[in-house]
Amino acid sequence: MKLHEFQAKDLFASYGIPVQSGVVVEEAEHIGGLALSYPVVLKAQVLVGGRGKAGGVKLASTRDDALAHARAILGMSIKGERVTRLLVAEAADIQQEYYLAFIVDRAARALTGIASAAGGIDIEEVARTAPENIARLPVDPALGFQPFHARGLGRAIGLSGAQLTDFVRIASALYRLCVAEDAELAEINPLAVTPAGWLAVDAKLILDDNAAFRHPGRPHNEELTALERDARESGLSYVELDGDIAIIGNGAGLVMSTLDIVAHFGGRPANFLDVGGGATQGNMQEAIGIVLRKPGVRTLFVNIFGGITRCDDIARGIVAAPAAVPMVVRLTGTNEDEGRAILEAAGIHAFLDPADAATRVVEITR
Amino acid sequence: MSILLDTRSRVLVQGITGFQGEFHTARMIEFGATVVAGVTPGRGGTTAHGIPVFETVREAVDATGATTSVIFVPARFAKDAALEAISAGVNPVTIITEGIPVQDTIQIVAFARARGIHVVGPNCPGVTSPGECKVGIMPNHLFRRGPVGVISRSGTLTYEIVAALTRREIGQSTAVGLGGDPVVGTTFTDALALFEEDPATDAVVLIGEIGGSAEEEAAAFIRDRVGKPVIGYIAGVTAPAGKRMGHAGAVISGSEGTAAGKIESLQAAGVRVATLPGQVPGLVAEVLR
Repeated sequence: MKLHEFQAKDLFASYGIPVQSGVVVEEAEHIGGLALSYPVVLKAQVLVGGRGKAGGVKLASTRDDALAHARAILGMSIKGERVTRLLVAEAADIQQEYYLAFIVDRAARALTGIASAAGGIDIEEVARTAPENIARLPVDPALGFQPFHARGLGRAIGLSGAQLTDFVRIASALYRLCVAEDAELAEINPLAVTPAGWLAVDAKLILDDNAAFRHPGRPHNEELTALERDARESGLSYVELDGDIAIIGNGAGLVMSTLDIVAHFGGRPANFLDVGGGATQGNMQEAIGIVLRKPGVRTLFVNIFGGITRCDDIARGIVAAPAAVPMVVRLTGTNEDEGRAILEAAGIHAFLDPADAATRVVEITR
Repeated sequence: MSILLDTRSRVLVQGITGFQGEFHTARMIEFGATVVAGVTPGRGGTTAHGIPVFETVREAVDATGATTSVIFVPARFAKDAALEAISAGVNPVTIITEGIPVQDTIQIVAFARARGIHVVGPNCPGVTSPGECKVGIMPNHLFRRGPVGVISRSGTLTYEIVAALTRREIGQSTAVGLGGDPVVGTTFTDALALFEEDPATDAVVLIGEIGGSAEEEAAAFIRDRVGKPVIGYIAGVTAPAGKRMGHAGAVISGSEGTAAGKIESLQAAGVRVATLPGQVPGLVAEVLR
């Protein structure tokens, strides 16, 4: 789960990391009443990346400027996400910009500290063009991130003296936050040097959904659409896409493969729902209800390979759920004969081969 | 022969008295696995399917000579269970449990590496060697003994492709489900190295998906170190960037993790990559000829 910048900064501050704080406004007119010394920076609070290029970040030197920018940004759409909140902060006098992050590095299979003196720009770009400017340190979980590790990272990006001491404190706090909050990514870019000291000017934080059980106070996930949230609450994994064929399958890999097969034969998936392993008749009924609620769905494709999941349970769910659109079913695996018999009795033909079924659903969607 | 498990494997089931643990223990026994012990804290001294249940892994190993463990315990207790198994020295330790926090997995994997123990999973369907042994949840009836190693990040997609191979009368030496999480104990590269050394394996099917760089690392390993033919399939060619596609590990971030990049890397390493899962048996038949 990704947090907004203002949420991340609140959490960073609670671990003693100096942040460029600000005020969150939902209406432009509220800026008039704020006691701010100008210039100020206005930043759209969205979860998608690239807000700066999209015009979601502006500098304002007067209150009138700020009002005009706020009216333009609030309500604008950035990569499909509507801006409803704006973070207004006094502009920092930045002398130098650094990059600092901890990330779950899949290849190293460790939380890895990453630092660079090339801060303030896209770090993936730096990694491509000048990888020698990035210092990386995979943390041994048994050892933890010790002060000497932090000093090593700081030295690798050219810090010394009092600056190095401050950097060690900030990097150690960021690591502590990652472990305590179960973060997959905690990023400060830029981590700025100002006349008043170090300042986290931007903040990005992605929390591990699997660890939600040990963090009851977490904010709710704003990345999901309403349907995606409903599905998650029912224990189903649902993702919205932009075509017209609703897809239900069991198992993440099989469902992804189903999307590819449908696209291969010229169809466009509207969404997909993974009923998971061991789906019951009830799960299947619920799944059909969810995928068909999306506007613009014209057909339904069910692709089930029964393992723990039993084909007869799936078939009963299909027969019990009133599908308002034409449907194509591919059903094979555990209790296949029983499942196919239930469907045949209800006048539904079940395919055995996924490619044949996909071809058929694309035909009837045209 | 096979990899990770063989006829001498003596299986311990952690979480044997739970719903999934009990159900799948019965299926493993039907498949021919030698299941010798179960562990459920608080239920020591009882039995499940006639198999003795112990309070601790240490006691189970001492009493039964268990050599490998498969873990079905709920996510919040899985780290403890896995560290206990690794401490007791059983190998491999296969974690079926889904939804384990990634930092717990990082601790498990680091400890296993330090002790020289293979961890398979988490969030995986397990390991199946037809005619030898099975740990996990792969459906028994799909398999047939033969010369093809199968490695996959996805459960049901493994079943799809194994079933298609079996329909073509192409059997399997071992199928390994690596798991769908961002951090897993056994990678494609680890499994490829084992299959390369296994005299019973003549070809390997690698089933990948979007997210991370494990397929790219596998491609480099195949180019440099694998002499046996490898057939590939990658799911998620049409997945949009930034969305979690069911598996926690299946997210395309930035330019990394795309299916196109993975397919290109594998092809450059000499792997023949199928466009549809149904094409895999045909490609395998060609290299086995």
